[in-house]
Amino acid sequence: MRSTVATLLAKELTLEWRTRESVPAMVLFSIATYVVFHFGLDRDRVTGDLASGVLVVTLLFAAILGINRLFVAEHEQGGFDGFLLAPVDRTAMLVAKAVALFCFLCIVEVFALPAFALLLLGPPLTQALPALVLVLLLANAGIAVIGTLVAGLAIQTRARDLIVPLLALPLLVPVVLAAARSATPLLQDGGAGALPGNWMAMLAIYDLLFALIAFAVFDFLLED
Amino acid sequence: MLTGAFAMVFFYAPLDADQGFVQKIFYVHVPMAIVALIGFVAGGICAVMYLRTRATKWDMRSYVSIHLSVILAVGVLVTGSIWARASWGQWWVWDEPMLVSFLIVFLLYATYWPLRFSLEDKEKQARYASVFAIVAGAFVPLNFAAVRMAEAYIHPQTGATVAGGLPPKMGLTFLVALIGMGLLFATLVKYEMASKHATFRLRALRRKLAGDDDDLMLSGRSAAPQL
Amino acid sequence: MQLRGAGRRYGERAALRDVTLELEAGRTLVVFGPNGAGKTTLLRMLATLLRPHAGEVRVLGRPLPDDGYAVRGRIGFLSHEALLYRELSGRENLRFYARLHRVAPARVDAVLEAVGMTGRGDDPVAELSRGMIQRLAIARAVLHEPDLLLLDEPLANLDPAAAAQVAPLIGPDSGATRVVTSHDPAGGLQGADLALGLKAARVAFLAPTAEIGPAQIGELYR
Repeated sequence: MRSTVATLLAKELTLEWRTRESVPAMVLFSIATYVVFHFGLDRDRVTGDLASGVLVVTLLFAAILGINRLFVAEHEQGGFDGFLLAPVDRTAMLVAKAVALFCFLCIVEVFALPAFALLLLGPPLTQALPALVLVLLLANAGIAVIGTLVAGLAIQTRARDLIVPLLALPLLVPVVLAAARSATPLLQDGGAGALPGNWMAMLAIYDLLFALIAFAVFDFLLED
Repeated sequence: MLTGAFAMVFFYAPLDADQGFVQKIFYVHVPMAIVALIGFVAGGICAVMYLRTRATKWDMRSYVSIHLSVILAVGVLVTGSIWARASWGQWWVWDEPMLVSFLIVFLLYATYWPLRFSLEDKEKQARYASVFAIVAGAFVPLNFAAVRMAEAYIHPQTGATVAGGLPPKMGLTFLVALIGMGLLFATLVKYEMASKHATFRLRALRRKLAGDDDDLMLSGRSAAPQL
Repeated sequence: MQLRGAGRRYGERAALRDVTLELEAGRTLVVFGPNGAGKTTLLRMLATLLRPHAGEVRVLGRPLPDDGYAVRGRIGFLSHEALLYRELSGRENLRFYARLHRVAPARVDAVLEAVGMTGRGDDPVAELSRGMIQRLAIARAVLHEPDLLLLDEPLANLDPAAAAQVAPLIGPDSGATRVVTSHDPAGGLQGADLALGLKAARVAFLAPTAEIGPAQIGELYR
């Protein structure tokens, strides 16, 4: 199982490196969204709950782009068949795809977070950074698991681009909620507040539960 | 007969409504919400059974129960909104966790039909819909926990309204209303299953009359499962 | 390999119905039929990619779909599509599948050599011609030395020289049990033991190749 996941993941990252299909689009989309928020909110700088909301929602929308593309290469180029013909555990596909999506989101944040600090964020990012990274990692994990599941559900449908956001947004409401509430005290004016433990715990539990659910049902999306 | 029981509850319920007329909506709203939630979870359980047995009847049960629950959910949102208007003067209040959760759950389940409809192969349709029903069924309680936590965090007192603090008479009415709503739901599920079954039998017979072959006797594409 | 009354629906339409046949190990079955007759469905069912909706299917002695996991690594499936990632090179694609099948990396080079693609093995698949992609697809199908070869029009897009080159891998002398689909009456019958004709999802004929002539095959396409 572990070597299969490693093989799939290596292929995934190589493909993304070659085509540069998802990650650059997600980064550009994030930055464009900050600009739109600037005009939409008519603010030069945001703090506290507004800042965390803008940050998390932008990340969510950028993630939707990546989720839409997640299984396209498999679907169009026969990767599903090739994988299904191999004598390997099918859940490896879920794990590899979720880890790949997690990596993509992390890379996007490496670019999007400084852009956010530069364009919109009021208080300096530096002191909040370690705690914020922790929040974002947990949020990424949740988005990656749910995103992979949703992408798997939608890939065979004709209306893929419509179904993905319609499914992903409600399912990710708890993640957005918990991540935004966790990040709020970190982005306040006059120094970062303490990390709210209960929200972090909820985020972690939600991630874990959905990982279990995805683990249980993902096989059924692959067989024919 | 079962609907009769439900109707009786309707006539009995107003007797206890001593907190003004609008309070009566409570007997419709809350049982409807509870039954809809149970329906969603039941849809998920039926979906598990489908994936285990691959018997179409389980997919059908899952479909019917989600179908009816979504209709009830619309009812919950409408009655909840009316209730909110009456007691707080606004059609929509964000700090009522039940209502907000319901909206999110409703939005999620509304995608059930587009998902089914955009898959052509019936077997695949049933399989994907089942996976959806399981994920969504598990999401329902999680979502409620999350939203409730969000509200309790700011307004600690909004939480306990349902079970506790009711005078016994109202409690009894509520219980009967709940049972009535449950029976109504069960009846509708049965009725819907029977009707789906009859439609399918009719189509099969017609096909047989037309000379056994399977092509293009369809009366149009449908997102509903077939037996 | 055994099929008894095997069938598969697609929606309300039958894609394949009531196929009963038996093929001994090491023999070759050739399948004829017009487009949409069910050839590909049959192959995909044998490859464990589609589960049968009716009847019994046994592949390499194991019942499907229950024992699918046990036969999967022993089947080589050459489908219409190459099942190769277009942005990866031929070699990278084969390495990827070699790892999934737990085959030694040295085998990749051997197979590339055998299909005559050593020179172009490092070019992205997207830049190759259809004939070259077909050769790579053949390389992928035989990478793990399967016992059962399922070949969907294996010689499509190949010139005669290339066809001769891949013959040891997928031809009658490959030693594997083979199921081959074909549109070419003469070429298809060559090297086959048993011929199956499919028309509109049903079996039109099933007989040893000696008893089948071009006329019967021509009848299928009418």
